[in-house]
Amino acid sequence: MNHPSVVTLERGSRPRVLFAGDRLVEVDLPAGTRCIYPKPPLQPLKNVDAAIRYAINHPLGTEPLYAKLRPGMKVTIALDDISLPLPPMKRPDVRERVLHVVLEQLADHGVEDIEIIIATSVHRRMKGHEIRHMVGDKVFDEYYPDRLYNHDAEDSANMVEVGSTELGEVVELNRRAVESDLVIYVNLNFVPMDGGHKSVAVGLCGYKSLKAHHNPKVMRNCHSYMDPAASGLATSVERMGKIANQHLKVFTIETTINNRMFDRPLEFLSKNEDDLNATEWRLLKALVATTARLPQPARQAIFDKFPSPFGVTGVVAGETEAVHQKTLEKCFEQYMVPIEGQADVLVAGIPFISPYNVHAFLNPLLVQVLAQGYLFNMYRGAPLVKKGGTLIITHPCTDKFDHEQHAPYVDFVHRLLPETRDAMELHKRYESKFAENPAFIQMYREGHAYHPAHPFFMWYWGEAGRQHLGKVIVVGADNEYIPKLLGYETAPNMEEALYRAKGGANRSLDITLLHTPPIVMGDVTVRGGGSAG
Amino acid sequence: MAASYFDVDGTLVGTNLVHPTVFYLLNQSTPFATFKKVGRALLKAPQMAAAELADRRVFNELLFSSYAGMSEDRLVILADEVFEKVMRPSMFRTAIELIQKSRDAGHEIVLVSGSLDLLLRLLADHVGGATIIGNRLEMKDGVATGKLLAPVIAGPEKARVIRDHARANGHDLDDCFAFSDSYSDVPMLSVVGHPAAVNPDKRLALLAKAYSWPTFRLEAS
Repeated sequence: MNHPSVVTLERGSRPRVLFAGDRLVEVDLPAGTRCIYPKPPLQPLKNVDAAIRYAINHPLGTEPLYAKLRPGMKVTIALDDISLPLPPMKRPDVRERVLHVVLEQLADHGVEDIEIIIATSVHRRMKGHEIRHMVGDKVFDEYYPDRLYNHDAEDSANMVEVGSTELGEVVELNRRAVESDLVIYVNLNFVPMDGGHKSVAVGLCGYKSLKAHHNPKVMRNCHSYMDPAASGLATSVERMGKIANQHLKVFTIETTINNRMFDRPLEFLSKNEDDLNATEWRLLKALVATTARLPQPARQAIFDKFPSPFGVTGVVAGETEAVHQKTLEKCFEQYMVPIEGQADVLVAGIPFISPYNVHAFLNPLLVQVLAQGYLFNMYRGAPLVKKGGTLIITHPCTDKFDHEQHAPYVDFVHRLLPETRDAMELHKRYESKFAENPAFIQMYREGHAYHPAHPFFMWYWGEAGRQHLGKVIVVGADNEYIPKLLGYETAPNMEEALYRAKGGANRSLDITLLHTPPIVMGDVTVRGGGSAG
Repeated sequence: MAASYFDVDGTLVGTNLVHPTVFYLLNQSTPFATFKKVGRALLKAPQMAAAELADRRVFNELLFSSYAGMSEDRLVILADEVFEKVMRPSMFRTAIELIQKSRDAGHEIVLVSGSLDLLLRLLADHVGGATIIGNRLEMKDGVATGKLLAPVIAGPEKARVIRDHARANGHDLDDCFAFSDSYSDVPMLSVVGHPAAVNPDKRLALLAKAYSWPTFRLEAS
């Protein structure tokens, strides 16, 4: 029997409504299509502040935070950046709540030398108002900008190599963190690939360290990167994190949230269309019609305007690995839906947001990240789609970039992709030179642009999907050039896309729809007990 | 190997060509000479303002005509002071780091500016070494004539000297970078494979956006 989140379409089923960027579109899928919906949101904690206090006073695998504190010590607090959660959460962000409790305890123990670093790695710097949203007015007013700031992976004077793994992976970290008596990492674990050793070993590192695992060889070895136990990326990061923790005294605080991404009255977006009442269905139809007519900036403004009402479902503190084990359990509890068997065709709507375009347009490279990267990787066990199968996405693939955040992406997409789509070739021939582009580095350091190495990482993010999938077909593209650059076929509608997925053969297809957002993951088992890689 | 070509005034330093000139004019050997020089320069001001809008080369020639009659010795001796008091304090906070990142990428650093070569030399030393392409005053018997030696470095001429420099030094222009703040430097920016607008004026900012050129600000110290 199917899990309640798995629905099989019947002849009389309503059309499905999928995201196509910042539009909503109706698609007709054949009877027999298996639709995977997000689980209902987990019940949030009733008293989050009490849970935070309990966690730091009853940590896993180490002594309580207060026992580590002494007057005059140097403490660095590192925080996850704007890439999580998506969209940003309603105030107060759980990081603000953790900071209040932690800073109070530090003050009680006479700790004054405190700096708070946003662990951006090579992501864009957060803007003042975004930091304020995340940490709250009190912390922002007291610490920003001198003692609350973004990590700068290109500030060579303030980066220090602490060692390397047995495989030669260099661990280079933020000097302030390395030279602190204690590093407190405050995480918000949005998806299972977040957190754990990734927090410090990636969040506070630079390009030298990132290239050890953010490369096509490692990314091909992720099955999937949402399942740390089967992820080459997670394994490499763990090796490096262990080295980091030998040199730094790290106290990890991890938090989990439920999947309540949409507030009332849009909560129904995560439901089965056939379960919507008449009012909800009419509202959904109206949304489809409205987003089809509104100009793009207005659509983006609407989605930007509403932070998500995520509820906090867990807080765990202590030793990094012990903490993360608990965090992952909570994450999987929220997202994982048991699925039997793989599909010939996986259908997915591409939403308006990814971890890398908060308050910016989802450009073509990020469409690829969501399609062959994040959505393809939403599995444990075996991919949702068979080897050589087809991924059908809905998105306009507009040739548009945010000139501030994604300046290096433009060159990557328009200069390099026309040369080759081969990730190995891009890595070998272009990456190192591109990564040291002084103009883009300046935009990363002083502006709000992603580091010039980042577009390469984004391409590698889709590498496992590219290796596995036979083809990707995009429905509703507004141009032919971008899909071609990305290696996609185009189809004017879902019917045509499904016809092409058959490749001209007269056969029926096993079709699975991943109805996201909010996030849902498939815990996929394949008949016979194995998994079809 | 590639090169990074940097415009100077407005790009790396907050001053423009007028600031050092004013310093020179105000520091003549006698108060009377200063009065005379400043007076003459003021008379040319409306003409210069018009030239600034129409032709950068004419502006440069008018501006540097104010140097007529100054001895070479005095120009050289005062250069240190001009640099220390005018240029250095106006250098943008992260300009040296930007240059260093270019150097780290293996680029030859080249300063291409309408400024006088004797000032550019001091700036080049300050930033850790750079090739300079600047304007040179014509000297007769150790005294400036007020004319510039060819080529006059301004506007489209910058593009030509960059092309020549790249060819002479074996740089592939497609791999080279250029940085400028001014729309008048579009020829210089267009000749390289990697143009960047730094603290751009309005017209350059629009152009940079249209062509997706990297655009950023260097903040004052």
